[in-house]
Amino acid sequence: MELDLAIGDIWVYLSTGPLLHLTLTVLAYLFGDWIFRRSGQKALFNPVLLSILTLVTILGVTGTDYQTYFAGAQFVHFMLGPATVALAIPLYRHLSTIRQLWFPILVSIVTGAAVSATSAVFFAQWLGASQQTLISLAPKSVTAPVAMGIAEKVGGLPSLSAALVVLTGVLGAVIGAGVLGALRVRDDRARGLAFGVTAHGIGTARAFQISDLAGAFSALAMGLTALISAFVLPFALRWVFGG
Amino acid sequence: MTLKFAAVLLLCQLIGEVFVVWSGLPVPGPVVGMLLLFTGLTLCGRVPEGLGRVTDGLLSHLSLLFVPAGVGVMLHIAMLRDEWLAISVALVLSTVLTIATTGLLMMVLVRWLDRRRREG
Repeated sequence: MELDLAIGDIWVYLSTGPLLHLTLTVLAYLFGDWIFRRSGQKALFNPVLLSILTLVTILGVTGTDYQTYFAGAQFVHFMLGPATVALAIPLYRHLSTIRQLWFPILVSIVTGAAVSATSAVFFAQWLGASQQTLISLAPKSVTAPVAMGIAEKVGGLPSLSAALVVLTGVLGAVIGAGVLGALRVRDDRARGLAFGVTAHGIGTARAFQISDLAGAFSALAMGLTALISAFVLPFALRWVFGG
Repeated sequence: MTLKFAAVLLLCQLIGEVFVVWSGLPVPGPVVGMLLLFTGLTLCGRVPEGLGRVTDGLLSHLSLLFVPAGVGVMLHIAMLRDEWLAISVALVLSTVLTIATTGLLMMVLVRWLDRRRREG
């Protein structure tokens, strides 16, 4: 009985500080990454997907809400900003390749971004989704902070957009290599670009697992998709939905 | 001097954030920070060795950084359940279509450009 009380005390102590959930996040990721490597880097065992599933299960079992979890995990989340800035380095390293291919890059990214938004809205509308869901779905391939901004402007739900962006990213990272392999797209520049346009940062993390070149092209595609979508999508959505 | 280069990344992000708030542009601060660092590297003409080490370390664990936001999906499970069929079909089909279109188009255009440069 005394032992139970002591464990209860420790739990209360730990769950009020950020250390527990910060540690859990890193451990869950190491676990996910370990399984990913042990599986022979099978795309289905994506480390992001596995860590999210592990953490959602742990939080569900212990009855912890997301705010409490995020108080600890925010220290990892914060690093996204500097990491995004750091993407300038692989971009710079491959500058000469990018400069030579500016035309294919631009055409492919604009087309890809347009296909992403229109096909998502088309299929969801066909299956009877509400207008709010459609608007929140449109920027699903755009990196989360920009997607939330777009949804907010046109009457979607920013937080729903963020969730759909993450789901798209994980989905793209999991099935991307399979789709590209089936179509015999073996060029790392084309593969990287496809990951970045479709699956933003999560796809870029996946592209870096393929090669540094694929990662650089994915980072470029993610940045340009965000930039183009931020300016074009709000107007396009207003025009379609008359908001 | 790892700390110096960590400061470079933070400074670029900070200027980026301030610029976005000031200009009202609909892009995130870190993306502006990335453009800023990229411009700096172009002016510098090379990647300082220490900066390369710091960023390689950061980018080799890029996947980890998406986990906290990803766990946030748990907040929307109820909403996603209401329209799960439309949402999941749209996500899967649209993701496959986008990857296929972008990858194929880029591959075809690169080949076309290569051929044209060889002939021209």
